[in-house]
Amino acid sequence: MERRPRSFYVLAAFFALFVLFLYGPILTIGILSFQGPQGGLTFPMNGVSLHWFRDLFQEQAVGDIWGAFRRSFALGLMVMATTVVVSVMAGLAFRKRFAGSALLFYAAITSLVIPSILISLGVGLIFNQLGLKIHWATSGFGSQLTWTLPFGLLIMFAVFNRFDKSYEEAARDQGATSWQTIRFVVLPIIAPSLIGVALFGFTLSYDEFARTLLTAGSYNTLPLEIFGMTTNVTTPVIYALGTLTTLFSFAIIAACLLGVWILGKRRARLGSDAGKGV
Amino acid sequence: MRLKNRHVLGWLEASPLALVLLLFLVAPIVMIVIVSFWGATEFSIYPAFQFDNYEFLFGSPVTYRVFLATLKYAFITWALTLAIGFTVAYFLAFHVRSLTMQIALFLVCTIPFWTSNIIRMISWIPFLGRNGIANQTLISWGVIDEPLEWLLYSDFAVILAFVHLYTLFMVVPIFNTMMRIDKSLLEAARDNGASGLQTLVHVILPLTKPGIMIGTIFVVTLVMGDFITVRFMSGSQRANVGRLISNDIGLLQYPSAAATAVVLLCTVLIVIAILLRFVNIRKEL
Repeated sequence: MERRPRSFYVLAAFFALFVLFLYGPILTIGILSFQGPQGGLTFPMNGVSLHWFRDLFQEQAVGDIWGAFRRSFALGLMVMATTVVVSVMAGLAFRKRFAGSALLFYAAITSLVIPSILISLGVGLIFNQLGLKIHWATSGFGSQLTWTLPFGLLIMFAVFNRFDKSYEEAARDQGATSWQTIRFVVLPIIAPSLIGVALFGFTLSYDEFARTLLTAGSYNTLPLEIFGMTTNVTTPVIYALGTLTTLFSFAIIAACLLGVWILGKRRARLGSDAGKGV
Repeated sequence: MRLKNRHVLGWLEASPLALVLLLFLVAPIVMIVIVSFWGATEFSIYPAFQFDNYEFLFGSPVTYRVFLATLKYAFITWALTLAIGFTVAYFLAFHVRSLTMQIALFLVCTIPFWTSNIIRMISWIPFLGRNGIANQTLISWGVIDEPLEWLLYSDFAVILAFVHLYTLFMVVPIFNTMMRIDKSLLEAARDNGASGLQTLVHVILPLTKPGIMIGTIFVVTLVMGDFITVRFMSGSQRANVGRLISNDIGLLQYPSAAATAVVLLCTVLIVIAILLRFVNIRKEL
């Protein structure tokens, strides 16, 4: 292998700094959440304890964070399932170049780039004028979909742009119906990408703030609850909560990556035996 | 029976997406446009068709100042995220040699995207605060004698947070386009005597433009539509259009908020329309 040029080391250093920039702050609050009971929001550490984590589990101390967590979790799962199903269907649709597909595509892009507060405001106004009660599972759910669906759709575009159509042709030639082709050929091939779509659906919903702000109603989701805390909580308990919910996100991401990896392994093991015969 | 008509089948498959977008994107926009012509009292809003909200908006010097501030945030953040994002993507795509390593490092860059923005903003407090790490370090090094006051709750903090939150929106599309550059083009450039820098400027940069454009659209629209980062990182001392809207909402002045929102939406769409002239998104995925 040829020697690395000097620019490699400069760029590698730059990259390392970038990663430090990305993760440094979150690591800091991770450390600070172990502050002693007398500790403040910054260094120095005033002893080491689990005091602030314990505080989290005493509801009166910080409001209804566990309720907020449960709602965020349920909403995340709802948004995730919907995003996967709707994105796959739309992805299949867009392969057909149906009349008006360009319009729908631009609507999806608009949904992605529109300032979030417009969704929040508009949905809030509609529910208000129709006399409906805003609730995280109705207005909040729909508002979050406007954020997760475009990502799901873009991933499906990326997937189908790389999809080898000859697999489908082969299935059809062997007499599969179009449903069988999708169920037994297309879906298994794109399965790892669907885990990716699910990851986007869940995490973007779980952390969504701006579009949920005016559409969640009287029961807060976790990010809203955390934001509320920033104005009136001045102890490291907020770091403890931040650390926990970030660890939770990391666990979800790790689970998804593991899922993709396992699917890949399985595929390598059970896949084509071409060239292995005698 | 098999549906032969691809238009019908296409719309059937796309109908859930179309329905969601109709109910939660198109209808809210229409509603905002309608309400922007309504009137408001202190307690309620009433249907009307008047241009008061727009007249007030365009007649107030605050509006122009705030829109200008918003564009300023967008531009500075764009320049910084582009410089950092391009460098990072370039390193990953052309200097990291094994694919496994590329994927691993790429994931390291993207994982924060799937965590909470609010937490990522909060996590700057121990760094930037008056007695934060940055001030303590600078004092112990003897660079400054007194803590810097402008680190937290300032334009500096706002832009730092924007760059921290949104650089990966540059890294991902730029890396994606860079990975698709045919390596033999780089060899050809070198065989013809181009230096590393010349290859970068004359071969890689032009071929990376679509990725840069997509990243630009993301960053510019996210920053222009933001209201929470500016509020949180400036300690409510700075304003952008998003905050103007959210303040009106807080005062229940929905028609006025709606008028500002319409103008913001138009501004964002114009910016995107200009950017889209340079790139075909669907081809680039």
